[in-house]
Amino acid sequence: MSQESVSSSTASTRRYYPLLELVAARVREFYREPEAIFWVYGFPILMTIALGIAFANKPITQVDVVVAAGPGDREVESLLTSHDDPKFQVRILPAETAWERLRTGKTELVLVPHTAGGGFTFLYDPARAESMMARFAVNEVLQGPKRIPIEEQHMTERGSRYIDFLIPGLLGLSLMGGGMWGVGFVTVDMRIRMLLKRLLATPMRKRDFLLGLMLSRLLFMIPEVLLMLLFAWLAFGVEVRGSLLSLAFIIVLGAFTFAGIGLLVASRARTIETVSGLMNLVMLPMWLLSGIFFSSERFPAFLQPLIKALPLTPLIDTLRSTMLEGTPLIVLWPELALLALYGTLSFAIALKIFRWQ
Amino acid sequence: MTVAIRCRQLVKVYPGPPPVEAVRGLDLEVQTGECFGMLGPNGAGKTTTIEILEGLLKPTSGSVEVLSRSWDRDEAELRQRIGISLQETKLSEKLTVRETLVLFRSFYRQGLEPEEAIALVSLTEKSRTRVGKLSGGQKQRLALACALVGDPELLFLDEPTTGLDPQARRQVWDIIRRFRDRGRTVMLTTHYMDEAERLCDRVAIVDHGKIIAEGTPRELIQSLGGEHIIEFSLIDGNGRAPQAELQWFAQVPTVHAVREEDGQICLSVGEPHIALPALLNRLRDSGLELGSLTTRHASLEDVFVSLTGRHLRDAETNRP
Repeated sequence: MSQESVSSSTASTRRYYPLLELVAARVREFYREPEAIFWVYGFPILMTIALGIAFANKPITQVDVVVAAGPGDREVESLLTSHDDPKFQVRILPAETAWERLRTGKTELVLVPHTAGGGFTFLYDPARAESMMARFAVNEVLQGPKRIPIEEQHMTERGSRYIDFLIPGLLGLSLMGGGMWGVGFVTVDMRIRMLLKRLLATPMRKRDFLLGLMLSRLLFMIPEVLLMLLFAWLAFGVEVRGSLLSLAFIIVLGAFTFAGIGLLVASRARTIETVSGLMNLVMLPMWLLSGIFFSSERFPAFLQPLIKALPLTPLIDTLRSTMLEGTPLIVLWPELALLALYGTLSFAIALKIFRWQ
Repeated sequence: MTVAIRCRQLVKVYPGPPPVEAVRGLDLEVQTGECFGMLGPNGAGKTTTIEILEGLLKPTSGSVEVLSRSWDRDEAELRQRIGISLQETKLSEKLTVRETLVLFRSFYRQGLEPEEAIALVSLTEKSRTRVGKLSGGQKQRLALACALVGDPELLFLDEPTTGLDPQARRQVWDIIRRFRDRGRTVMLTTHYMDEAERLCDRVAIVDHGKIIAEGTPRELIQSLGGEHIIEFSLIDGNGRAPQAELQWFAQVPTVHAVREEDGQICLSVGEPHIALPALLNRLRDSGLELGSLTTRHASLEDVFVSLTGRHLRDAETNRP
């Protein structure tokens, strides 16, 4: 068999890197699709604006109140607990813990009993609708025939407002949505177009292809995240307390994990409808439970193990800890390890069960 | 001559309900250096067969050997040595011709430079054009270039010219011929008899998952007995020739076969210059008048019709 090449001379000297070429192809396809760019980059910003400016005015059925330990704390607790509409969830905690819970959105209002005079200081974030409602509701209950002196202290310090709490949640949400839709849709689309089958007919390594999809997703995520953080900083003054490097690490890990989950969800689906349904099914529990808009600790204790096991929960928790409290990465290792495990497992399973045609 | 592809008793059943027997005991041998065509109507099992040979489908039973290797053991090596163009692949519309070929080239250990592959299919001027902006023929040539960029020994093409205009088809044929002329092997499927006749060194006619005839296009046509066809129609009231007449036509000198369909009478004829005068005399004596008369060379279409009683183009609708 003759092995002569077409133009006799050229024994190929150029080096080719399939993984690099696969990523490059995805990046080109992406930035040459203007609509996709809007949905990936414009949408999260629009959502941040909408939620950041007009925090959802949702009705409150249960108000979480913390009474800082001090004189008269028991009486206030029993007074509030016996009240029915709205129902109060009351805890007595040391002042420091109470303040921490307020700052991280786990509670709406903190009552600090005055040492003399039987009055209280209301501690809350006036920018949060829930806090405002809690403040008035509690005040109404406390004010009997005898007027109790009330002082107010607002939490408007940066890093302690609701918007500071919300941004890491939205960041996690966007990493989840972007990763899953970004990888899942493209995969199913390629399957429908028989492009996967065509690639399977080449010596391409399957691992390269799937890794290429995930890596290109990491690239698209960078401007998305930078835009969101920049916007939150310029418009609302949201700052990052922890190191930016730690934050970047968590973001990359989160994007990788959800790209992997997206790949897994799309690994067998034959139609866009199927993959959309599966995506929503997988994301819904995380939308509801993982603490995007309010702390997941508000859910009943029996749900907590489930919530902690959802991949979005450790992502949002670690983002929040890093951005709001500057917690070092080393402390967050169990959550980060869980995330990494989800990502790696998803990728491995997807590689195994992937439908190429 | 070495054998490039060999398969024995190939069977593929798609699980039901009801189970579909797409390939039903198919034997095939393709020699190195030839262009081999599987000709058959849509639904005959051509695509299933070629995809099994390409290692993309697993046969239900039977053995397959490609370049003396088996798909089970040597997939990685085989993928490096063969080129494939599927029946329907939509390459990424957003990538340019060149980008697409660089991507495909990167999967092979050795092969052509992307520019060489582009030149092979005469797309050099479109090198920087996005795939979405190419015409159907240009897309098909790009698909060929993707199959050629790994400099394969063996090329599989599933319906390489379906849906193309005549000029685009000829361009594709030229590319395939040039590849074959360099001593490489081509295996293709087609439901166009002219494609099989003009492009392929050998042809297997496939129907209902089986090979019903095999040989060079010339051998297949000669198997009809006559290489010429006389087609005519008669005007006699309802336009039908009586049974007695049909039997008589078979006795016209050098006629090998007679068939009638839709008022057209078709004679397979060895030597038309002998058969034609005898036919015309007889018609005049019987007082029958000709509605139309044509003579032409027999084609693979006639072979298919004589074997199955159906035409290539409408065989699909007649499937049981």
